[in-house]
Amino acid sequence: MQTQTAPDKDYRGTVHTLSRDIMTDWMTELKTAARVPVPSAYLMISGNCVEILRCFDILPVFPEINALQLAIRKNSLPYIIKSEEIGYASDNCAYVKADVGFTLCGGVGESGTIPKPSLIVCNFVGCNVYIKWFEHCASMMNVPMVILDIPFVREDKPSREDIEYVMCQLRELIAECERLTGRKFDIDRLREILRESARAERGWTRAKELCKHRPAPFDAYFDSINMMGPINALRGTKEAADFFDRIVEEYERMVADGVGVLDEERFRMVVEGPPPYPYYRNFRNLFETWGAVAVQSTYSTVGGTWEFGFCHDPDRPLESIAEQMIVHNLCNRSMLERYRQIKCYVEDWHADALVIHSIKSCRLFSAGQGDMREYFTKDLGVPTLMVESDLEDPRYYAEAQMKNRIDAFFEALQYKRLRQGGGGFSDAPAGTMKS
Amino acid sequence: MNYAAGIDVGSTQSKAVLVNEARAIVARALIDTGANVRRAGQRALDELIRSAAVGRDEIRFVVGTGYGRYKIEAGDTQVTEISCHARGAHMLFPNTRTVIDMGGQDTKAIKVGPDGDVLDFCMNDKCAAGTGRFLAGAADVLGLTLDQIGDISLKGSRPIRLTSVCTVFVESDILSHLAQNKTVEDILAGVHEAIATRTVGLVRRVGAEVEVTFTGGVARNVGMVKALENKLGLPLNISPESHYTGALGAALFALDHVLAEKRDVLDIAAQPAVWVDQ
Repeated sequence: MQTQTAPDKDYRGTVHTLSRDIMTDWMTELKTAARVPVPSAYLMISGNCVEILRCFDILPVFPEINALQLAIRKNSLPYIIKSEEIGYASDNCAYVKADVGFTLCGGVGESGTIPKPSLIVCNFVGCNVYIKWFEHCASMMNVPMVILDIPFVREDKPSREDIEYVMCQLRELIAECERLTGRKFDIDRLREILRESARAERGWTRAKELCKHRPAPFDAYFDSINMMGPINALRGTKEAADFFDRIVEEYERMVADGVGVLDEERFRMVVEGPPPYPYYRNFRNLFETWGAVAVQSTYSTVGGTWEFGFCHDPDRPLESIAEQMIVHNLCNRSMLERYRQIKCYVEDWHADALVIHSIKSCRLFSAGQGDMREYFTKDLGVPTLMVESDLEDPRYYAEAQMKNRIDAFFEALQYKRLRQGGGGFSDAPAGTMKS
Repeated sequence: MNYAAGIDVGSTQSKAVLVNEARAIVARALIDTGANVRRAGQRALDELIRSAAVGRDEIRFVVGTGYGRYKIEAGDTQVTEISCHARGAHMLFPNTRTVIDMGGQDTKAIKVGPDGDVLDFCMNDKCAAGTGRFLAGAADVLGLTLDQIGDISLKGSRPIRLTSVCTVFVESDILSHLAQNKTVEDILAGVHEAIATRTVGLVRRVGAEVEVTFTGGVARNVGMVKALENKLGLPLNISPESHYTGALGAALFALDHVLAEKRDVLDIAAQPAVWVDQ
């Protein structure tokens, strides 16, 4: 009997070992800071201004990463339940609930130890639930909070007033950081940090561009998640920029040798939406069984859409930070902009299909995905699969149903190829995953 | 003689179909799945062999489908029931462009190409709202069998409006209507209408293109057929074999392998669609 499950292998490669190493260093810093306090601040991933904190040697802490770490280690549910016990609704954002529950438990767990922050910086206001999350954290820990009011972009570009409005708030944040650390703001230091940011961003872009090749040297959804820590949390450091130099070097070599991340690349897909972190490996295997590789993903751009040409500019430090926060990240853009982004990915990265993973506990980013599915399927003729579970709450994931939908989708694509003379059968091949 | 078999292990019942090289159905089997899914697949195959009076060695390829497809030890490979229902419906009604499959725990709307290929599909959510299970819950609370409720629903003149199609809440919802002296006929008409409304929502998402073929166990329920036709404003193709559509599709996928092995070249397009009822 043929099995249709890809073998459960470790994903090796520079991106994994390097990202694990540098993220572990950062987690160690967090743990140390919990014991011997140093200035630290909560920050959100979406279009963040980590460079300003770094300029004052304020250790950045990302509650979203805390939540993700809990989920991927299958530890999120007890913390989610903890939050529900104090009144959070069952359909409330599970990222929020996991992190709040974790904070209620003192920020100590198997996934690491999180220091009590000196400051909470709410840098993304596109999600009202996120604001409440940080407000609750500030209230629970009795920590000062700064909210940066970032205008939402309804058109292609922000206005000059929008940019100046954010720059003005960044100056206020700088003043707050000066008060907190007792240090004077050094613009030259910020420029130096931004130079490293830009170097990492160029590396990110170069890596993503390499997925235009067949076969793709890495999976731009699953493997790109390992690139998100360095680009979003560690941006502005030499280590993050060097990380991208190293992985690009490896991927360029793979492209030159015609080697892909999968033994056999049979389908190229674009993926929209975060993965179900509690079942991350299972979810990846469901696609790899079919030889399906993500050549691009929107989720990897929640922090920044660098592959469209934007880089931080040391010659326009505050202005370029403001621009990134307003417009050069996925979260602060309209749904129509997201359509355009995906359309570009499908066309320029030569994808066969779009896969949407809709998040049960995030109505903000999931609302509209039904229309998105219709637009790509009916208007553009791009085969689109929409599946649903959750990024954090394991209770929403049903493996059999997920597998059924994914298998049916690729069966249909396979059958279409078969009819077009590609040969083969519509049932799945045995595992094609490369270790 | 070479045969190909399809086994559809569903949540409630398991179905099996045997086809010959001329794509004609030569036997079918239907059993209750029960708690042992692994055994259900084998029992369905055994029943198929018994009713066809063929040797096991004459069945050259077996495709499993349905939620228990990976437990079918006799299966050479597996294909999802979405592809199988599309393929089976296309054979039963070659002009099928939309398939509605309503089974025990899920409902699917499938857009089908001219060759029986799946162009798009939508399914119910993780919960069983609006599926056969919902109907079973309604029948239970009214002390009726599944075979009875369709006919009774057609006699309702003022369908009640259910507050939800939640399979768990359906019982208390129906009890409250009974307490208000609503008739069983009107309650069942409302139950069927509620499911039809939800199903048509799925169908609209893939696009309701004629001809529409209704498959799966619930297609035997005349009340559901009428409710769906009313909501869609379209007639539905209903085959006496609707229950076996998934297994039939699986058997046709199995036949691809048999014929490919024989000819060494796979060319489905060259094969005429022949439907021979036995």
